[in-house]
Amino acid sequence: MNLFDYTRPASVAEAIAAAQAPGAAYLGAGTNLLDLMKGGVVTPARLVDVTRLPGLDRIEFLDDGGVRIGALVRNSDLAHDPRFAKTYPAVAEALLAGASAQLRNAATAAGNLMQRTRCPYFADATSPCNKRAPGSGCAAIGGATRLHAVLGWSEHCIATNPSDFCVPLAAFDAVVEIEGAGGRRAVALVDFHRLPGDAPERETDLAPGELIVAVRLPPEAAGFSAHARYLKVRDRTSYAFAVVSAAAGLRLNGDRIGEARLALGGVALKPWRAREAEHLLAGQAPDPDVFRKAADAALAGAKPSGEANVFKIELARRILVRALTLAAAGTPERLPALPASPFAAPFAVPSPSPAGAAHG
Amino acid sequence: MIPLRLTVNGTVREVLLEDPRVTLLDLLRERLHLTGSKKGCDRGQCGACTVLVDGRRINACLALAVSLDGASVTTIEGLADGDALHPVQAAFITHDGFQCGFCTPGQIMSAVGLITEGQAGTDPERIREGMSGNLCRCGAYAGISEAVLAAQGAGDGAAIREDAA
Repeated sequence: MNLFDYTRPASVAEAIAAAQAPGAAYLGAGTNLLDLMKGGVVTPARLVDVTRLPGLDRIEFLDDGGVRIGALVRNSDLAHDPRFAKTYPAVAEALLAGASAQLRNAATAAGNLMQRTRCPYFADATSPCNKRAPGSGCAAIGGATRLHAVLGWSEHCIATNPSDFCVPLAAFDAVVEIEGAGGRRAVALVDFHRLPGDAPERETDLAPGELIVAVRLPPEAAGFSAHARYLKVRDRTSYAFAVVSAAAGLRLNGDRIGEARLALGGVALKPWRAREAEHLLAGQAPDPDVFRKAADAALAGAKPSGEANVFKIELARRILVRALTLAAAGTPERLPALPASPFAAPFAVPSPSPAGAAHG
Repeated sequence: MIPLRLTVNGTVREVLLEDPRVTLLDLLRERLHLTGSKKGCDRGQCGACTVLVDGRRINACLALAVSLDGASVTTIEGLADGDALHPVQAAFITHDGFQCGFCTPGQIMSAVGLITEGQAGTDPERIREGMSGNLCRCGAYAGISEAVLAAQGAGDGAAIREDAA
């Protein structure tokens, strides 16, 4: 780990001022940042510790029906907040599908948005990587690509965004509140993370020195609480990043879908909102044929970034169908719904049934 | 020099750090000579360094000590009351929740955290899910799950051996 200057400002304004220094990085829990620093992947000259900043650790239910999640709210506190989990069950389920209990106790909401890709070539400081060392090339292309992108990648970078939390946030139109030297602004979560294009080193919409102060969910997000799921396929049942994941939310009007929300994780360098699929679902009956057509639409633009990830395209379709099926069946009473593996018995996709029955 | 004040296992410890890179784990092991917390991967993947900070279990290897100034830390050394073992420690012995023992302090601290969190109850599957941040390369998971279940107050852990395995 490189030597760095450590500072712990007392206010957001002081933090932003301290972060104007070249090479400065904000330190939250540090669960990803310290790991990368130990590997020499990132070498910040200064760490601006934001963990004591006042007022950023609250979950505020707003008068308009939305919710404002302070940047420093710990993942476990958010997932286990009874009102939050009941209103936004797919978000809670995603949080609980991420990392381990120890990491969730430390990791913050804003830190989750800022976490870096788990592409092994990015994490290996000796490999070419356009994200880590612009212009050096991409060692992943032609390498071990099983967990790499099938949507939105470029010849400069085929990495994926590893977040679970961001997948339902994308589906439910979350907004990121940002503060910087120029004042406060807000950006939609779906526009916060960037696709690689020809500049994979630019990962987010943040300008140098800008700080995430909160993540907000709009009032409409609460309308899906009865039929919302987050489904994650991983190489072991717990404590692994997604191979593919999906967030699905349905607002049902009688026997028809009033409105659907869908997003995929593990398939691109950002959480992948599937708006065309959502449009296909609106007004339809929640049945397997409709779900399959929506899944086909969601993956219509998919292209493998390596021979080893061809399978992810069909896997993503099936996970979307399963997530929609489970969402139609109803949000489970208890989160996370266990067994955590979507392939656990009963193996068959459950048919729509009363709320809570999907996992027996 | 960075002055740091922590309450470790109930005792106030004041340390002057000459380097901000020191993790909580290295502070405990190398400055305070509390070597019960183990350095397995040092990357947050194995859980051998698990300690409680302000009552919550975290990976001590991924926390900068300077960032935790003022915190209260409980390590494996702080669990027992003299010669009287903490119930989770006793349960690990009763249910043979280890083989080589390297991961055991982290397993026990994680189990104490899990029980405090109150999310798993006596459901073996929720206990396994809640303990997934602690790896045991000897594969003593069956005994570990039984021990945690027993410590939750489920009674005879042997009765659930098949389910916990």
